[in-house]
Amino acid sequence: MTTWPILSVTTFLPLVGALIVYLSRGDDEASRRNSRWIALWTTLITFAVSVILVMRFDASNPDFQFVEKANWLATGITYHMGVDGISLPLVILTTAIMPFCIIASWKAITNRVREYMMAFLILETLMIGTFSALDLVLFYLFFEGGLIPMFLIIGVWGGPRRVYASFKFFLYTLLGSVLMLLAIMALYWNGGTTDIPTLMHTAVPRSLQTWAWLAFFASFAVKMPMWPVHTWLPDAHVEAPTAGSVVLAAIMLKMGGYGFLRFSLPMFPLASHDFAPLMFTLSVIAIIYTSLVALMQEDMKKLIAYSSVAHMGFVTMGIFAGTMQGVAGGVFQMISHGIVSGALFLCVGIVYDRMHTREIAAYGGLVNRMPLYALTFMVFTMANVGLPGTSGFVGEFMTLLGTFKVSIPTAFFATFGVILSACYALWLYRKVVFGALVKPSLASMKDLTFREGLTLFPLIALTILFGIYPKPVLDMSAASVQQLVNNYNTAVTAVKAAALLQ
Amino acid sequence: MSFETAGYQLAPVLPELVLAVGAMALLMLGAYRGQETTKTVTTLAVLLLIVVGVLEYMLPAGKHVTFGGSFIVDDFARFMKILALIGSAVTLVLSTEFLSDPSRRIFEYAILVLLSTLGMMVLISAGDLISLYLGLELMSLALYVVAASNRDNAKSTEAGLKYFVLGALSSGMLLYGSSLIYGFTGTVSFTGIAAAATISNVGLVFGLVFLLAGLCFKVSAVPFHMWTPDVYEGAPTPVTAFFASAPKVAALAVFTRVTLTAFPGIVSQWQQILVFVSIASMALGSFAAIGQSNIKRLMAYSSIGHMGFALVGLAAGTVEGAQGVLMYIVIYVAMTLGSFAIILAMKRNGQPVEQISDFAGLSRTNPLLAFMFAMLLFSLAGIPPLAGFFAKWYVFVAAIKANLFTLAVIGVLTSVVGAYYYLSIVKTMYFDEPAGQVDPVRVEVKTVLAVAGLFNILFALFAGPVVSVASAAAKSLF
Repeated sequence: MTTWPILSVTTFLPLVGALIVYLSRGDDEASRRNSRWIALWTTLITFAVSVILVMRFDASNPDFQFVEKANWLATGITYHMGVDGISLPLVILTTAIMPFCIIASWKAITNRVREYMMAFLILETLMIGTFSALDLVLFYLFFEGGLIPMFLIIGVWGGPRRVYASFKFFLYTLLGSVLMLLAIMALYWNGGTTDIPTLMHTAVPRSLQTWAWLAFFASFAVKMPMWPVHTWLPDAHVEAPTAGSVVLAAIMLKMGGYGFLRFSLPMFPLASHDFAPLMFTLSVIAIIYTSLVALMQEDMKKLIAYSSVAHMGFVTMGIFAGTMQGVAGGVFQMISHGIVSGALFLCVGIVYDRMHTREIAAYGGLVNRMPLYALTFMVFTMANVGLPGTSGFVGEFMTLLGTFKVSIPTAFFATFGVILSACYALWLYRKVVFGALVKPSLASMKDLTFREGLTLFPLIALTILFGIYPKPVLDMSAASVQQLVNNYNTAVTAVKAAALLQ
Repeated sequence: MSFETAGYQLAPVLPELVLAVGAMALLMLGAYRGQETTKTVTTLAVLLLIVVGVLEYMLPAGKHVTFGGSFIVDDFARFMKILALIGSAVTLVLSTEFLSDPSRRIFEYAILVLLSTLGMMVLISAGDLISLYLGLELMSLALYVVAASNRDNAKSTEAGLKYFVLGALSSGMLLYGSSLIYGFTGTVSFTGIAAAATISNVGLVFGLVFLLAGLCFKVSAVPFHMWTPDVYEGAPTPVTAFFASAPKVAALAVFTRVTLTAFPGIVSQWQQILVFVSIASMALGSFAAIGQSNIKRLMAYSSIGHMGFALVGLAAGTVEGAQGVLMYIVIYVAMTLGSFAIILAMKRNGQPVEQISDFAGLSRTNPLLAFMFAMLLFSLAGIPPLAGFFAKWYVFVAAIKANLFTLAVIGVLTSVVGAYYYLSIVKTMYFDEPAGQVDPVRVEVKTVLAVAGLFNILFALFAGPVVSVASAAAKSLF
C-alpha cells in the first residue's frame, strides 16, 4: 500500500526544514520571522505526515510496519526503519509536541533565531529516528546524535548556569551510552547482525544477557532518568530555555523507557527477570525520594523536573512488572507524561517570560490577574497529581495494577507517590496561583495571549480526552505489548521449568 | 636468468621511482633558479604527489613482491600509500601561505616533504627489517629539517632539535631490536621471521619490545610521546598538520604490518604490550589535554589519544582489528587535516592565534568556521552520526570480538573524558562572548576545510564503500 518511504520522510523532513532555514540567510527581523515560520511549517507538515502513519497503521498487527530496508554498512548493519505499536505513539508524541515548542519560542528567543530553529529541527529528526530505527547502530546514531543539538540549545540559549548544566547533561548521558555501545558490539558478534527484529529472536547466552542488560541499563537509566543518576535532569531543566525543557521532559526522557521496552525486555528476558527487583527498588526510591525532594524546591522548573523523575519511576516499575497492564500502563504513562510535563513547562515558561524568574516565592495570587492561566495550570497540575479524569490517572493506575500482580510491596510503596505528588503539585499551585496578589511586581501581569493559548488548549483537550477515553493509545499499542509480554513470559517460564527439571 | 625473473621487477615500485626522480628534478629546478621558484616548486610538488597517487591506484591489482621480498605492494599498502599521499598533498596546499612570506621563501620545504613522503611509501611497503629502517630514516630525517624550517624562530628550531635527538634515540632502539630479532631468527624478512618465531624465547621478545618501542615513538604512543606536545607547538602550523597526518599513517601502517605479518606466531607477546600502550595513550591523551590552553598542544595530546584508540584495533590482532585500524586512520586524517585547516584559518590582523581563548565567540564572528570546527570536535570526541564515531566503532568492535573487554571498557570511558575537552572548545566558540573579528579565510584553506568538514559530517552516507575497501585491504595482510 505504501508506495513512498513514509517513515523516512517523516524522519528526515525536519532536516530538510533545517536546511531551508539555513539557506534563508540574514540577521534582520524579517529573516528571523522567516526562520520561525519555516520551522513552524516544517513541524506542522511533519506532524501531518505522521498522521498518515496513524491512519495506515494496522493496530491488530503486532509486528513492525512501514518497514524500509536498504544497504548501509556491509556485514549485517543496514538502514532499517519501522514502527510498531510501542514506537508509533512515541513518534506521534514527538511530531505533535514539536510545533508547540516552536510556538513557545516565538517571542522568548530573539537572539540567533536561525540557529535555534535549526537545532530544534535537527533534534526532531534525531528523536523520530531514535523511535523508528530498527538497527542497533542506526538507533545509536540517532540516540547519541541528539546530544549535540541539545547541548547547544542548553548552552547557547540557557540560563545563568547553562555551561555547567550543558556539560553535565552531555557527559552524564555519554558515559551511560558508551557502555551500551560496547554491549551493542557484543550483541553484534553474538547474532552476526545489528538488526533489531532478528536480534529479538536470537538467543543470548545467560552471562552475556546479564552484562548486556547492565550496559543498556547504564544508558537508559541515565536517560530516563532513574534514581540515583537523575541529578543531571534538574540542572538541565532549570537552565534550558522553555522549549528545551519541554523537549527534554516530553520526548527525550521517553527514550530511556522506550529503550527498556525495545531492548532490555525482549532481548534479555532472563536478565530482566533477574534484575526486576532492582528495578522495583530503584523505581520506588525514585517515586518516594524525588517526590520528597520536589516538596523542598524553591524553583518551579526544578520542582517539575523532580516530579518527572518520580513519574518515570512509575514507567520503569510498570515495564519491569512484565504484565500486560504494567507494560501497557508504562507506554500510556510515557505518552501522558509527555503531554502533561510538556504543558507544565510551557506554563512555567509563560510566567517566566513575563517576570524572568522561576522562584516560587516571587509569585502568588496570579488567579486575580490571570484567570485563564490559573485554569490551564490547574488542569495540568491535576493531571500531574493523577486525578481521575485526567490522563495522568490512567497511566499510574495501570502501572500500579500491573505491579500489584507481581510485587505487592512495590505497588504498596509506589502508591505513596500518588499522595506525595498531590502534596507538592498542589502546594506549588497554591503558592503561585492562589492567595492575595500582594507583590507589586505582579500587579501588571497579563493573562494568556492568543499565541500562548494556542500552545496550551490543545494539550488540555488531549489530557482530558485521554483521561476519559484512553482507548486510542491503548489500542494502538495493545497488540505489540501483548506480543512483548507473551515472549517475555515464555522465556522466563521456560527457564524456570528447566530449573525445576534438574 | 635475467634480473627481472629473479624477483626484482621494477613495475611495483613505479610510483616510488616517479616520486624520487620527480623530487630530484624539482630540487635541480630550485637549486638553479633560486628561492623565487618556491611557489612553482610547491605547486609542481602537489601535482607530482597527485600523479604518484594515480599511478599507485592504477597498479595492477593483487599482491606484488619485489626486491627479493623486501618490497610488498598489496591492497593494504595501496590504501595506506594513497592516504599518506593525500595527507602530504593537502599539507603542501595548506603551506602556501606560510611559504609566501618573503622571509620564508624556501623551495626546499616542498622537496623535503616529497622525500619524506617517499620514505613513507617505502616504509608502508617494507617487507623486511632493512627496508623498514631505510624508509623510516628517510621519512624522519626529512621531518627533522621540516620541523625547524622556520629557522629564525627559537621555538621552531628547538622543536626540530628535540625531535631529532629523541628520534635518533628511537631509531637506535629500533635498530637494536632489529639486530636482536635477526640474531634469534636468522633472517630479516617478515615472512622468514614469521616462520621462525613460533614459540617465544626471551631474546626474540626482547628484540620485539625494542622494535615496538621504536615504532611507538613514531606514532607518538605513551610512553614514547614526550616529544609530541613540544614539537606540535613549536613547529610552524602547516608543518604540525603534516606531522599529525601523513607520517602517522605510515608509522601506523608499518606497525600493523610488522606485528601482523612478522609475529603472528607470538600474538600473546605483543598483544599485552599493545594493550598497555593503547590504554596508557588513551588515558594520557584524555587527561593531559584538559589543562591545555594552546590549541596546537591540545591537538598533540588529542593525537596521542587517537593513536591509542587506533592501537586498540591492532591489539585485537585480527582481520577485524586491521580493518578497524584502517578505518580509524582514514577518518583520523580527515579530522586532523580539517582541524588544522581551522587553526591555520584563525588569524587576527595577519597574526596567527593559537590560544583556545582566542576562539571565544567564533560562532558569532564567523558562524560557518565555528560550525565546521564544532562538528570536527564532536567527531574527534566520537559522537555519532559524525565520522569519528565510525572510527571508534570499528576498533572497539574488533576488541570486543577478541575478548579484550577491559581494554574496550577503559577505552570508551577515556573517550568520555576526552569529550570534556573537545566540548570545552565548543563551549568557548558558542557560549562565550566574541573576542574580536577574525581575518578572512584564504581560499585554499577554505577548500581543504570544506572537503574535510563534509567528509566528516556526511560520512554516514558513504560509509559503506569505505568499509568494503578497508575490509579488502585488511584481508590482504592475512
